[in-house]
Amino acid sequence: MDVKKITNDFSITIATVNGSGSQTANVTLLRAFFKMGIPVSGKNLFPSNIQGLPTWYTIRLSKDGYVARRDEQEIVVAMNPASFAKDLASVAPGGAFYYSDDIKFAINRSDISIYPMPTKLLAKNSDVSPNLRDYIANMVYVGVLVQMLGIKMEAIQQALTFHFKGKEGPINSNLGVIRAGAEWAAQNLKKNDPYIVEQHDRTDGLIMADGNTAGALGAIYGGIEFAAWYPITPASSLAESLNVYLPQLRQTKDGKHTYAVLQAEDEIAAIGMAVGAGWAGLRSMTSTSGPGISLMSEYAGLAHFAEVPIVIWDVQRMGPSTGLPTRTAQGDLTAVYYLGHGDKQHVILLPGSVQECFEFGWKAFDLAERLQTPIFVLSDLDLGMNQWMTKPFEYPDVHMDRGKILWEADLDKLNNIWARYKDVDGDGIPYRTVAGNRHHAAAYFTRGTGHDENSKYSEESGNWETNMLRLKNKYDTARTMMPEPILEETPGTKVGLITYGSSEAAVREARVLLEQAEGFKTDFMRMRALPCTPEVFNFIKNHDRIYIIEANRDGQMRQILSGLIPEQAPKFRSAAHSDGLSLTARWIKETILAQEEKV
Amino acid sequence: MTTPMTTISVGQVNKAGLTKNEYRGLPSTLCPGCGHNSIANQIITACYELDIVPENVMKFSGIGCSSKSPAYFLNRSFGFNGLHGRMASLATGAIFADTSVKAIGISGDGDTASIGMGGFKHTVRRNVPMVYIIENNGVYGLTKGQFSATAEVGLNLKHQGINQYMPVDICMEALASNATFVARSFAGDSKQVKELIKAAMSHHGIAVLDIISPCVTFNNEDNAFHSYTWSKDHEAPLHEISYVPKLSEIILQEDFEEGTVREVTLHDGSSVKLKKLEHDYDPTSRWRALQMLEEAQRDDCLVTGLIYLEENRPALTDMYNLVDTPLNRLTETEMRPARPTLDKINAMMF
Repeated sequence: MDVKKITNDFSITIATVNGSGSQTANVTLLRAFFKMGIPVSGKNLFPSNIQGLPTWYTIRLSKDGYVARRDEQEIVVAMNPASFAKDLASVAPGGAFYYSDDIKFAINRSDISIYPMPTKLLAKNSDVSPNLRDYIANMVYVGVLVQMLGIKMEAIQQALTFHFKGKEGPINSNLGVIRAGAEWAAQNLKKNDPYIVEQHDRTDGLIMADGNTAGALGAIYGGIEFAAWYPITPASSLAESLNVYLPQLRQTKDGKHTYAVLQAEDEIAAIGMAVGAGWAGLRSMTSTSGPGISLMSEYAGLAHFAEVPIVIWDVQRMGPSTGLPTRTAQGDLTAVYYLGHGDKQHVILLPGSVQECFEFGWKAFDLAERLQTPIFVLSDLDLGMNQWMTKPFEYPDVHMDRGKILWEADLDKLNNIWARYKDVDGDGIPYRTVAGNRHHAAAYFTRGTGHDENSKYSEESGNWETNMLRLKNKYDTARTMMPEPILEETPGTKVGLITYGSSEAAVREARVLLEQAEGFKTDFMRMRALPCTPEVFNFIKNHDRIYIIEANRDGQMRQILSGLIPEQAPKFRSAAHSDGLSLTARWIKETILAQEEKV
Repeated sequence: MTTPMTTISVGQVNKAGLTKNEYRGLPSTLCPGCGHNSIANQIITACYELDIVPENVMKFSGIGCSSKSPAYFLNRSFGFNGLHGRMASLATGAIFADTSVKAIGISGDGDTASIGMGGFKHTVRRNVPMVYIIENNGVYGLTKGQFSATAEVGLNLKHQGINQYMPVDICMEALASNATFVARSFAGDSKQVKELIKAAMSHHGIAVLDIISPCVTFNNEDNAFHSYTWSKDHEAPLHEISYVPKLSEIILQEDFEEGTVREVTLHDGSSVKLKKLEHDYDPTSRWRALQMLEEAQRDDCLVTGLIYLEENRPALTDMYNLVDTPLNRLTETEMRPARPTLDKINAMMF
């Protein structure tokens, strides 16, 4: 071959029809690369539809470990006649185009390698029953890529064994088609493109998982006792994962449960149930996405004001309105921060990785019960639904914090004297009792209306103001408990980049691009929570220019930070973008450089 | 009519060792003469007579005049006055914390039949173990006299004009959603209210109690469906009802002489005695209950009594196979899976 090989460093996009069963084939490829030690990321771009619309799955291989989305795709596999022209056009010059040879379409590019694949024929020749042929046809392109890229058959086998949970029947029939595809390619295709894979060692000690599974597992290790939810993309799989793992992890020897998960009739009821459970002393949560958050706003205000611990996951999608249900964004930040009417800010955790979804999954309960307030965890579709490489989940390093809760013996010690909303410790956090406490002094009447320290109804201005100022004080206490930001700083660097959540991957890569290509050095901070810890303000103060990089239109974190430290706001530059896809390093680099020219 | 319970004076202790005073709440701030106050009083009496320890009860309400009333009874019970129309979801979550605590929810016709209709019907359908009382006056009191969904067609209210829309029949909605206990009463009939509350408290599952509770301020025209005068004139009790705890003496009551007596055993072993009047009413037939409500509507009459009872359906919390310890008293060892399990989970990931 006269072209220079490009090893373990390119993107593959597979274009299929949704509902065609391609997901198994795509995830098999992703996992096989991972097993070969090659850093990978997989992103599923799917329609809000069950069957028949175009779907793309992009696998990025990166020997250097970058996992952000790229715009360029060097290899495209076209299985969908409807998107064929677009798919053909999308191949990077010098790239490779594989297509199912039953699609009759003029191919007008000479700058790429073209490889037809007899997917229908090979599927027909396989031993699977005719009704499974369309599904198994997807394994033909897996087989062709095995041959053309040099994927190890052993890695494919491991991926299939995992996917089919060791069931030999489906493993072997899929493997049969993959082998047939590989053999056919070996005999019939001549490789003209430079893209290959080789065994690497960059995935040792890592696992693959999605953020929703991780969040659910985190909640389980955080002692979740109650969850109510309503189906919504892209959050459903979080609650569904609870249903998968809770019976395995939280069942006693005699088969009894230490939890309850309930599918509610809507998001209002879901959060209502979760608030009821949290009020009565359970570790309680709900999970939803933007439209659900909108419906939950009244209850979020009540939980904040009546001081009920509850965890609310928002796996963000595109809004406003129904928006793009299957596309990712970080567009709910300001809505969630202020959710509900009246004066308030909520506590928000911002996981930036799958491992952090797990970690915040359990920490959120400690914070909720310690602070007696709703804790929001803002994930997004990209983090929640896609498979990511991650460090294995780490067992909680601290014991559970059940917060300031008084049981019968505690009330005896206090000689029955306590007041639900009294700031005894000066941290704004009062003591609480919960239903089921049988002490005769335990009960109080919880209300969303104005109340005094004893939770008695009050329209007194003084009571109102005292209570609201205490809640503000409590929010300041929360600041001391929030996870600090992730910082990477070099003394003397003038420009700081701030990001959060799943945008981290692209920002990290952009920093390298900026430095390598332009010699432009930046410092880095990934925020992990609101309210901000002092480190956040220090970072801002210590830099001349701050780029706040996020996947929304309006620069929502910039809006919030501008309000918190208005005197620093002139430093802020927004790198905010929302088109339904996660940010790319290239876009970030170009956006920053364009603004730097104006300095 | 005298029952053995009503002979107990206020200062006397019941089997729980409590006087009736210990079941009281704060003084009511509702309008004098409001039907809701007499319902609160009957809840106090019913719980006292049932020897219920107040700490074993939790109270819920939504928003509206009715929803203020949980403050006026059972001061020693936990209470949560939540959001308009959302009382039922709050209770649904809370009951999982400690299933030995009995839930009483107080709602109104606006709270249940308008803004909270969806939640109400789903709560009924899930058979959430709670007493769900609707203090039904056909009007929005707290916002000063707008029509509610239970207002009858043609009702003329001072600032609203004439209602044009068909009313919602809460009992029929409950039946349509497969409620396991449906009853209707009239706030002015304290004895029946009390007995139905006692029966509802003994039911394991959703107990819907629609109590016509006239609004003395905004909807008490003599010709209005929810007024005292209309209700008194048009009330057609299904049967005399008397709740008799299993372990107490059964004392015959003179009112039972007419017609036959039917005893329905409740889930906790106690029983409700139903006295049939003109017709042979069977509260265990859902079909018959719906037919009766339909006929009553046609005949323009208010049927009161236990309309429907089904004892064998599992309540919501029964479906979850929960550990015996109340969930809100579990400890970290019971709630956080042991460390080795996470190694297994990590190994299960790819």
